[in-house]
Amino acid sequence: MHSFGYRANALLTFAITILALMCAMASVSDNFNSQSPTSEVQVLNINWFQKKPDGDDEVSLTLNISSNLESLFTWNTKQVFVFLAAEYGTPKNALNQVSLWDGIIPSKEHAKFWIHTTNKYRFIDQGSNLRGRKFNLTLHWHVMPKTGKMFADKIVMSGFRLPDAYR
Amino acid sequence: MIWKTLMCVTGSESPVVVVLSESMEPGFARGDILFLSMSKDPIRVGEIVVYNVDDRPIPIVHRVIKVHERKDTGEVDVLTKGDNNSEDDISLYAPGQRWLQRKHIIGRAVGFLPHVGWATIIMTEKPLIKYILIGALGLLVITSKD
Repeated sequence: MHSFGYRANALLTFAITILALMCAMASVSDNFNSQSPTSEVQVLNINWFQKKPDGDDEVSLTLNISSNLESLFTWNTKQVFVFLAAEYGTPKNALNQVSLWDGIIPSKEHAKFWIHTTNKYRFIDQGSNLRGRKFNLTLHWHVMPKTGKMFADKIVMSGFRLPDAYR
Repeated sequence: MIWKTLMCVTGSESPVVVVLSESMEPGFARGDILFLSMSKDPIRVGEIVVYNVDDRPIPIVHRVIKVHERKDTGEVDVLTKGDNNSEDDISLYAPGQRWLQRKHIIGRAVGFLPHVGWATIIMTEKPLIKYILIGALGLLVITSKD
């Protein structure tokens, strides 16, 4: 009843249960964090806008993205994955979401940023529906914890519009 | 029993997976465990999904970067990419396949535990360790007194 094997087993089970409990509590503590992120995006330039040989529209943009995501970081945060997506509807598709740029914020010190960039990923439609198209630019973030539940949310910035003609 | 319960609760075939590659670093490293869930909610950009490619035995865990959802059927075309990869996943899909559909996706990652899955990786990549472990357990069973 008190052999080494039994004691080792009891100790191990106890240790693992406590560890799991601590991970769960760490994760629950993230729920008490009140978040107040801000963000602003400007489309500085439409670099070019064409219909590709396969019939799909493609546009290249230069963007200015500034944001303050410091309030998302807690002691249990490993990194925040942030990305900007263009969102729009077309006659055939109820919703299109195309990620234009993404980045990884490794710590709170890097969470207030400003960048000037062309779109990292190609903005291609399924079809030729982009002329004169209104779209939203939504900044999404994904808080990845050191352990536990991941949180995601977004800020929608609307009012953008593509040119009526190719250029 | 616990596995089947988890399957029912999360609605996914495979409620817990081990991260096998470095394609999602620094967020997920090899040996981390991911908890999955599969609700009826539509697939949206930014979600981390686990998907199967036809004829490939090992599921892949990457992030959705493009979504096109049809008005009439509600079907989606989805493109994924690993955070740490420079290219999207087109080269990982079946030849000629440009998009993933909902049927390929077995779950969304909702939570994770670091490092716990290393035992699984070691046992898969160095089967000798698996045999030694099973041998030792077998010996324990035979020699224990009750």
